[in-house]
Amino acid sequence: MTTHEGTVLTAADLAGNGLHGNDPDIHGKFGVFGGRYVPEALIPALDEVAAEYDKAKNDVAFLREFDHLLRTYAGRPTTLTEVPRFAEQAGGARIILKREDLTHTGAHKINNVLGQALLTKRLGKTRVIAETGAGQHGVATATAAALLGLECVIYMGAVDCERQALNVARMKLLGATVVPVTNGSQTLKDAINEAFRDWVANVDRTHYLFGTIAGPHPFPEIVRDFARIIGVEARRQMLELTGRLPDAIAAAVGGGSNAIGIFHAFLGDEGVQLHGYEAGGRGLESGEHALTLTEGSVGVLHGSRTYVLQDEEGQTVESHSISAGLDYPGVGPEHAWLKDTGRATYHGITDAEAMEAFSLLARTEGIIPAIESSHALAGALKLGRELGPEATILVNLSGRGDKDMGTAMKYFNL
Amino acid sequence: MTTLQTVFAKAKADGRAALIGYLPAGFPSKEGAIAVATAMVDAGCDVIEIGLPYSDPLMDGPTIQDAVHRALTNGTRIADVLRTVEGVAKTGAATLVMTYWNPIDRYGAERFAGDLANAGGVGTITPDLTPEEAGPWREASAGAGIDTVFLVAPSSTEARIKAVVDSCTGFVYAASLMGVTGARDSVGAAAQGLVERTRSHTSLPVCVGLGVGTGRQAAEVAGYADGVIVGSAFIRRVLDAPDEASGLASVRELGAELAAGVRG
Ligand SMILES: Cc1ncc(COP(=O)(O)O)c(C=O)c1O
Repeated sequence: MTTHEGTVLTAADLAGNGLHGNDPDIHGKFGVFGGRYVPEALIPALDEVAAEYDKAKNDVAFLREFDHLLRTYAGRPTTLTEVPRFAEQAGGARIILKREDLTHTGAHKINNVLGQALLTKRLGKTRVIAETGAGQHGVATATAAALLGLECVIYMGAVDCERQALNVARMKLLGATVVPVTNGSQTLKDAINEAFRDWVANVDRTHYLFGTIAGPHPFPEIVRDFARIIGVEARRQMLELTGRLPDAIAAAVGGGSNAIGIFHAFLGDEGVQLHGYEAGGRGLESGEHALTLTEGSVGVLHGSRTYVLQDEEGQTVESHSISAGLDYPGVGPEHAWLKDTGRATYHGITDAEAMEAFSLLARTEGIIPAIESSHALAGALKLGRELGPEATILVNLSGRGDKDMGTAMKYFNL
Repeated sequence: MTTLQTVFAKAKADGRAALIGYLPAGFPSKEGAIAVATAMVDAGCDVIEIGLPYSDPLMDGPTIQDAVHRALTNGTRIADVLRTVEGVAKTGAATLVMTYWNPIDRYGAERFAGDLANAGGVGTITPDLTPEEAGPWREASAGAGIDTVFLVAPSSTEARIKAVVDSCTGFVYAASLMGVTGARDSVGAAAQGLVERTRSHTSLPVCVGLGVGTGRQAAEVAGYADGVIVGSAFIRRVLDAPDEASGLASVRELGAELAAGVRG
C-alpha cells in the first residue's frame, strides 16, 4: 500500500510483524510468554481469528477500510501537545503528549476496536462481546457495533459499573446490553472470565472483541497491531516537531494496549527509553495495588503465560486501583517479554500520585486526563526530574477524564 | 488403589459405561467433601474427580463457580485437595484431580505429580492445558505413573482430536457441547458424533461430560460412550439441601439413579 494518498496507515504500519524482530512464534509465544491456555473448544475459534487476521493484514482493501475509519470516524491522526506549564514540575524537561484523548469516544481503545470490528465482519459473525474495566473499551465496542450493525454485549464488573456509571449509560444509549458481573472481585478480571464463558457457548456467531494485549494468541498480536498506529504517528510527529526522537516514552499499563501501541514503533530505536507505569494503588505495603510486572510472578491467567498477581499456590490475588482500567492482576505477554529482555522498564504509581498529576494537568494545561493516563503523567514528572532539563519525554495520554468525574468529585470533594 | 484401566475393563466386562462424579475439594467443607464423595462412590460412582478450587474458573457455569467460591472462602488449599484425594481413594474409587493449569504450574509440575501419586491419585484432567503446552505435564505425570486426561470438543477438527488423544492416557474427555459446565435439560446433540470421531483416532475409553444430570441422560450417553461424567447435578443436590444429612441422602439418591442409567 505505497501510494494511498493522505493515508495515515500502511501495511507496514499495521503489520509491525517482522519489522522489529518482536513477533510471537506460531504458538503465540514472546519468549516463554503468551501461548494459549484455554479450553479446547475455543481453539478452532482462535485459529479462525488468527487465519482471518493474517489474510486481512495483507489485504489492501482491508487496510484502506481501517484507515478510512481511523481518519474519518476516529479522528486520526491525533495531535501532539507540548505541556510546558505542567513540565515545570518535572525539573524543566520537555513533556509532549500524544493526544489519544481526542479520538472519538475518548480513549485509544477505539483503534483496536475498529480494526477488530472490521475483522468481525470478515469472519461473517454478527455479534460481538467484550469485557470492560473503565468502560472505555466497552463504549468503543458499543460504538463500533452501532456503526457496523453488530449485536453487542458488554461484560463489566459490578464494582466498575458503579465507579464508571457514566460509561454504562453511554453503552446502553449506543444499543449495547451491559451485563454486570457479580462474582469474584467484580472487576475486569471477572468480566473477562464471564466473556470467555459467553464466547465458548456462542462462538459460531460471536467474535470476542478483546480489549487489551492480554489473553490467548492471537489477541496480543492483533490488539497490538491495531494499536500500533499511536506510535507510528507519534514517531513521525516527534521528528517533525522536535527534529529528533524523544529520550523517553511514558505510558500507563493495565493490560498493556496503549503502552504497546506507543512503544512498538520505537522498539528499534535504542536511544529511546520505554517506561510503563502500573497502578500502585494504596502502595506496595498495603497489598492493595495492581503491580503485576513490578511485583507479580510468572503464571497463567486468561489464557496466557505472563506476569500475574498470585499467591504461592497460583490463586489470583485481587488487584486494586483507583482507576478501573488499570485494576487488573495480569498483563500482556509482550510486556512480560519486554521487561525480561530489559527493553522496557516498569514502575508503580500510587493512587495519590496519579490523582495529583490528574489535577495538575487540568489546572496547568486545561486538559482533564483519564485517571489511567494520569499514571503515565505522574511517571513523566518523576522521569523528568531524573533525566534533567535537556530531556524530552513523550507521554501517551491514552484517554480523557470525563468518565472519571464521579471519582474526582469524591477524591477532591468537588 | 484402583486404576482407570481396571475401572474401564470392569465396566466393559459388565457391559456398561463407567460412572464418573465430580466434586470440588473443600465443598461443602473440607471434611464434608470427603463425605459427599464417599456417598457418590457408595451410590455407584466408579471414578471421582476432585476439583482443585481456583480463583478464575472460566470454563465453569454458576453451580460449580458457587461451590468453588465456597471452597476457597473456607480456606481450601492444595494440601486439602491432596488430603481429599487420599480420603476418597480409600473408598476404592479411581480418584483424579481436575484442575486449571496455573495451580500446578505454580506448585511445580513434578512436585504436584509426585504428591498426587503419593496421595493415591491416579491422574489429572486439565481443561485449559492444550497439547501444545502439555509437554512438561505429560513428562511429570509419566514420571509419577499417573494418567493425563485432556478434552476434545464438538468444535475440534480431526487434527485437533488426534493431537489431544495422543496426549491422553487413561481416557479421553469429550465435552458434549459448546459451553461451560452445568446440568442441562438435554445432552448436546453433538456428543455422539464427537465420540465417534474420537474413537477413529484412539482405542482409549471416551467419556462424555457437560450437561449430564439425570438417569435418563446417563442411559442415553452410556449408549455410545465408555463413561458418563456428572458434576453440577451432584453439587446442586448439596447446595439445595437444608442440612448435611439430607444433602448426603440426596446425593446417594442421584448417584443410584445415574448408576442405574449407565447400566442402561
Ligand atoms: C484511558 C485508558 N488508558 C489505559 C487503559 C488501560 O488499558 P491498557 O493497558 O490496555 O491500555 C484503559 C483501560 O480501560 C483506559 O480506558
